[in-house]
Amino acid sequence: MTMISRQDVKRSLLVSLWFVFLSFPIMVIQVNPVERTVVWRWSNMLTVAVASFLLSLLVRVWLFRQEKRLVQVQLSPSPQPSIFHDLLKQQKFRYPLVIAGSVIVLAFPLLFSSYQANIMTTALMYIVLGLGLNIVVGLAGLLDLGYVAFYAVGAYSYALLNLHFDLGFWAALPVGGLLAALFGVLLGFPVLRLRGDYLAIVTLGFGEIIRLILENWSAFSKGPSGISNIPRPGFFGVEMSLDQAMTFMYYLMLGLLAATIFVVNRLQDSRLGRAWVALREDETACQAMGIDKAGTKLIAFALGAFWAGLIGVIFAAKTTFVNPASFTFMESAIILSIVVLGGMGSITGVIFGALILILLPEYLRPLSEYRMLAFGAILVAMMIFKPEGFITGSRRVYRFQAQKNSPILKDDE
Amino acid sequence: MMSKILEVNGLTMNFGGIRALDHLDLDVHAGEIVALIGPNGAGKTTFFNCLTGIYVPTEGEIRLTSPLTGKQTLLAGLKPNKITELGMARTFQNIRLFSQMTVLENVMIGRHCRTRSLIFGAIFRPRRTRDEEQDTVDRSYRILEKVGLSAQADEFAGKLSYGSQRRLEIARALATDPFLLLLDEPAAGMNPQETADLVDLIRRIRDDGHAVLLIEHDMKLVMSLSDRVFVLDYGEKIAQGTPAEIGVNAAVIKAYLGEDMLDEEST
Ligand SMILES: Nc1ncnc2c1ncn2[C@@H]1O[C@H](COP(=O)(O)OP(=O)(O)OP(=O)(O)O)[C@@H](O)[C@H]1O
Ligand SMILES: [Mg+2]
Repeated sequence: MTMISRQDVKRSLLVSLWFVFLSFPIMVIQVNPVERTVVWRWSNMLTVAVASFLLSLLVRVWLFRQEKRLVQVQLSPSPQPSIFHDLLKQQKFRYPLVIAGSVIVLAFPLLFSSYQANIMTTALMYIVLGLGLNIVVGLAGLLDLGYVAFYAVGAYSYALLNLHFDLGFWAALPVGGLLAALFGVLLGFPVLRLRGDYLAIVTLGFGEIIRLILENWSAFSKGPSGISNIPRPGFFGVEMSLDQAMTFMYYLMLGLLAATIFVVNRLQDSRLGRAWVALREDETACQAMGIDKAGTKLIAFALGAFWAGLIGVIFAAKTTFVNPASFTFMESAIILSIVVLGGMGSITGVIFGALILILLPEYLRPLSEYRMLAFGAILVAMMIFKPEGFITGSRRVYRFQAQKNSPILKDDE
Repeated sequence: MMSKILEVNGLTMNFGGIRALDHLDLDVHAGEIVALIGPNGAGKTTFFNCLTGIYVPTEGEIRLTSPLTGKQTLLAGLKPNKITELGMARTFQNIRLFSQMTVLENVMIGRHCRTRSLIFGAIFRPRRTRDEEQDTVDRSYRILEKVGLSAQADEFAGKLSYGSQRRLEIARALATDPFLLLLDEPAAGMNPQETADLVDLIRRIRDDGHAVLLIEHDMKLVMSLSDRVFVLDYGEKIAQGTPAEIGVNAAVIKAYLGEDMLDEEST
C-alpha cells in the first residue's frame, strides 16, 4: 500500500498552482511608487509554490493516515507504527534518506544564502528546545508552561557574566546550562505535589515571574532596554565576518543538536527514561513499584532546563542582544506546540514539529501576522485528528540473554 | 514457628468522619499465605494502602522485619517507594499497569529499586550500566516466564486480556524482590481456568520464598490456598484463624459468609 498516490500529487500540484496564482499580486509583484519601478520577486513565487504543495500533501497524508488508522483499529487493536517509522525501517529507504538528509543538512550554509542559514539555525535551536521540553512533558508527563524561564536564565547568565566578568561564550555555555538546571530544581521542589492543570498554572506563573524580574529589576538586568554587544562565539581566536560567524553558528547548533539527540536517545532508553514514562502513566503505581517520585521528577525538570539554558546562551550569542521581550509566554507556547505537534515522547516527532512550526511561518511571511491563529488552528486540528502527535513514540524491544545467544529460541516460543 | 515479618498493632484510619479501619491487629509469618476477607467496603484495600504508605494511618504501628537480615523497621510515615525497597510489594485491585509500556518494561520498572544507574550511566553506558540493564532484562523475562506471559513480552501492557493484566501486576510486584507480596483481589474477573492457574501460581510464589497476604472474595480460593484467614467488617477484625475455623465461625457466617457459605455447601 503506497502512502501517496500519483493522484494525490497531482491534486497537491493543482492546489499549489492556485495558491501561486492567488498570491501572485501580493507576493511577487512589488511596485515601488517612488522610483516608479516594478520588482518581480520570483523567489517568493517558488517558496509559495513549494510550501503550499507540501502543506497540501501533508494534509492528504494526514487524511489518508486517519482512514488507515480507522480501518486498522477495526481490524486489529495493536498499536500502529507511523508512516515515518515504516519508511525508516525499510533498509531500502533508510540509507538513501539518511544520507540525503545529512548531506543537505551539512551543506546547507553553502547551498543557501546566509539568511536561509540563519533561519535554519533558529529552527535547530527550537529542535533542541523541543527535545529538552520533551523530557519534561513528553516523557515524564509534567505539563510545564514556563519553560521559557530557563531559556531566559541561560541567555541572561551569558549576557551578565560577560558584562561583569568578561566571561567568554565557551565558558558561559556550561555555566548557563547548569544555572538553568539549578532553576529547574528550584521550580521543581515546590511543584512536586502538583499535577496536570495545577502544575501548568504554577509553571506558567514561574515563567512570568522570571520575565517580570528581568523587566523590573533594572539594577540587575538593565530592565526592558536589555543588554547589547554580547560577543558571538569565538573559534580559537579566528577573525570572522558576519556571514562566517553565522555559518559557524549554524554548525555549532548542528553539533549541539547531534549531541542532544544522542543524549536524549540514551536517556530515553535507560532506567531513568523508563521511570519517567512510568511516572507519566501512573504516579501512584510508579511509586508503589519503588520509584522515588520526587527525585525522578526533579531530574526531569533539571535536565529539561539544562538544554533550555544552553540554547539561551546560544541565543544571546547569536543575536548579540537580550531583553525580556524575547522571553514571553508565547515562546513557551511555541516550544510546547512543537512537542505536542510532533508527538510527545518521540525525538523524530519533535524534529518534525520544530521544522514545521518554525520554518512554515518563516517561509510563509504573509501568514506570519496570523501566526497565532495558525498555531491555534493547527493545534486544534491536531487534537481532533491525531491527538498522539505526528509520530507516536514506539517502545524498545529488549533481548533476553538466552535469545541473544541463540536466535532460534525466539522463534520457537 | 517461622519468624514474624509483618506485625500490625491497633491500626486505625479515619477519612473525615468515616472510620475505615478500627484498631486492627494482624501479623504475617515468613513463608505463609494469609488471606484478608470481608464484605465490600470493609476496609481491606484501605488496609493495603496504609501498609504500603499510600495513606498515612491515623493511629497504630506497622512493623516490617526482613527474614533475611532480621532488620526491623517501623513504617510510620515512610514513602511508598521506601517501603517497597524494604521488601513489601503490592498489586492493585483496579489494575494500574503502565499501559503505554511493553509487558517486559512493566516488569523492568519493578527492578528500578534494585538497580542504581542514573544520568551518567544512561548517557555513557559504562560496562556496569550495560550489565545492570541486561540483568534487569533477564530477570524480568524470567519472571514473565514464571507467570506465563513471556510470549507477550513485547506487547503493550494495555492490550493484554484482563486475566493477563492481573498476572502482569503480580509479575511487576515480584520484580521488586519482595519477601512479602500483597495481592488485592488477584482473581477478580478471572474465569475458572484462569483462577485455577492463579492458585497454582500463588503456591509457586510461596514455594519460592515469598510470603503472601491476599485480599479475595472468591471463598473457594481463600479456603484452599491460605494458611490463616483474617476477617474484616466495617473496619474491625471480627475473626481470625485457619480456613476450617473461619468456615464454622458464627460471627463470620452472620456478618459475611451467610448464605454464600450455605450455597457453597449445598452444591
Ligand atoms: N480516600 C478515601 N477517602 C474517603 N473514604 C475512603 C477513601 N478510601 C476508602 N474510603 C472508604 O473506606 C471504606 C473502606 O473502603 P475499601 O476500599 O478499603 O473497602 P474494601 O474492603 O477494599 O472493599 P471492596 O471489597 O469493595 O474492594 C469505604 O467506606 C470507603 O468509602
Ligand atoms: Mg478493595
